[in-house]
Amino acid sequence: MTTSAAPRVARRRPARRTGAAVARPGFAWAVPATLFFLLFAVVPLVLVAVLSFTSWDGLGSPEFTGLDNWKTLVHDHTMIQSLWLSVLITVLGVAVQTPLSILLGVWAAGRQRNRAVLSAIYFVPLLLSATAVSILWRALLDPNFGVPAQATWLFGDGNLFGRQTSAIGVLVFVGAWQYTPFHTLIYQGAARAVPQVLYQAAAIDGAGTVRQFFHITLPQLRNTMITSMILMVVGGLTTFDTVLILTQGGPGTDTTISAYYMYQRAFKSFDFGGGSAIALVLVLIATVISLVVVKVSGYDTMRSSSEGL
Amino acid sequence: MKRRPNYLAGLGSLVWLFLIGLPLYVMLAATLQSRSDYSANGPLALPEHLTLHNYTEDFSNGFGRFFLNTVLVTLAVVAIVLLVVPPLSYAIVRGRGRITTGVFRLFLLGLAIPAQAVVVPMFYVISKAGLYDNLIGVILPTAAFSLPVCALILTGVMRDITADLYEAMAMDGAAPWRVFFQLVLPLSRGGLSTIVVFSALQAWNGFLFPLVLTQSDSSKVITLGLFNFQTEHGIDIPGLLAAVVLSMLPIFIVYLFARRALVQGLMGVGGK
Repeated sequence: MTTSAAPRVARRRPARRTGAAVARPGFAWAVPATLFFLLFAVVPLVLVAVLSFTSWDGLGSPEFTGLDNWKTLVHDHTMIQSLWLSVLITVLGVAVQTPLSILLGVWAAGRQRNRAVLSAIYFVPLLLSATAVSILWRALLDPNFGVPAQATWLFGDGNLFGRQTSAIGVLVFVGAWQYTPFHTLIYQGAARAVPQVLYQAAAIDGAGTVRQFFHITLPQLRNTMITSMILMVVGGLTTFDTVLILTQGGPGTDTTISAYYMYQRAFKSFDFGGGSAIALVLVLIATVISLVVVKVSGYDTMRSSSEGL
Repeated sequence: MKRRPNYLAGLGSLVWLFLIGLPLYVMLAATLQSRSDYSANGPLALPEHLTLHNYTEDFSNGFGRFFLNTVLVTLAVVAIVLLVVPPLSYAIVRGRGRITTGVFRLFLLGLAIPAQAVVVPMFYVISKAGLYDNLIGVILPTAAFSLPVCALILTGVMRDITADLYEAMAMDGAAPWRVFFQLVLPLSRGGLSTIVVFSALQAWNGFLFPLVLTQSDSSKVITLGLFNFQTEHGIDIPGLLAAVVLSMLPIFIVYLFARRALVQGLMGVGGK
């Protein structure tokens, strides 16, 4: 095992096969990025756990208060409701975006010219910040000056933000508008990687487009589906910008999902300890999900993208 | 390659085109008309009297400053990423031993740390470091949070450099730094442009860190400018949407010229 002294040690190692040992970079090459990442991502992650046991108003120094924040949190009705809402919005998001992005992705994987041109338009929402997208839709759906005010036959009183069901509907819709293009892109890449021989063989056996889709394309996209869904889950659980701009968690607390509740507790009510506890719950959920991804997908053991062919 | 047209997906794709295109059209149309015209005619009407007034007014409301701040943040984030990620990926791909594997796992797990989860301690750290309401305080966490994805993308690209190329360099007795500059970097140009585009996009569109780490107008970035505009003058929809268009303009230009790098990069995030 060669680590920090690798350059010189490696060159003196006995030659293999071609007669020359390959000089390998030492651990030092990874140090700047690792230190930077530890300092600004991992240390805060540890701190969030520490802060969750303190009381801090954002100005003075945090004071250790033991399990107080956690005891409050367990009995906090809004917190429990926010977790359910996060789950609901995430599940609805996955249910809406997955079929859409698979269909669009498989379609866009064709190499026809018109598909390439249309795809370029589809990917535009990818370029917009969540802030810009939310503001755009907030303006379009404005109760007084937006589309609903003109199409009352479709939208009733036109105030989509006034009821829980329609407010959740708006959040899911806007989320799908912004993120479906991203997942479409993932599926497009995966669909292009499906070996053509499979389709040729199926065509010889007389399978039509629909059967080919269900019996070849879908099974071949299985791993991509797992990855894409997990990204949707992590993204959905941490939805924040959309809620802040579109509904402010309302009406009442009807769309106050956990990430938004955390922000409110910390930066609006200046209860940074309580906010940290909520944040830690989010971290734990996200970490469990990502550990599952790393295990399931074999990310960490992969050596080359051309492996297995 | 002969495949029959896929009618179902074709139809769906047209519906989707409508869903994507219509809001974008309404947005552009709204920004080109006066506020009174927009309120009178509603969002779906064709604009009657075209004007650029909304755009000029945004600039007189301080958008130039927000724009400049965003450019600074973006350049700094890209610079940090370019400085630290290539050596990191090189070490991950070519290094031997447990430590480099451990480092790679660290960054993989880092993918799952949501920025929302660390804003409170980030606020604590940045305030204590005296960087609150300072662009540097926004740059550092933003760069740190784009490292995992960039590392993953570039590592994937570097893994495709075949072993015989390294061996050929080893025959010349090249040291790691020579291998890095003469072989690895030139062969990962595609990956490098991808991580530049990706980290620039992250920085340009970043919202949460600026939201909790800055306060005054002089250190506002453009997304925060949009948010403030919305909370303060939400009723001025054409002006607000003009600001949205301005905020996406530079990215749109990059998209026109570097679509491949961008698309490849985002594809890599999900596919690998």
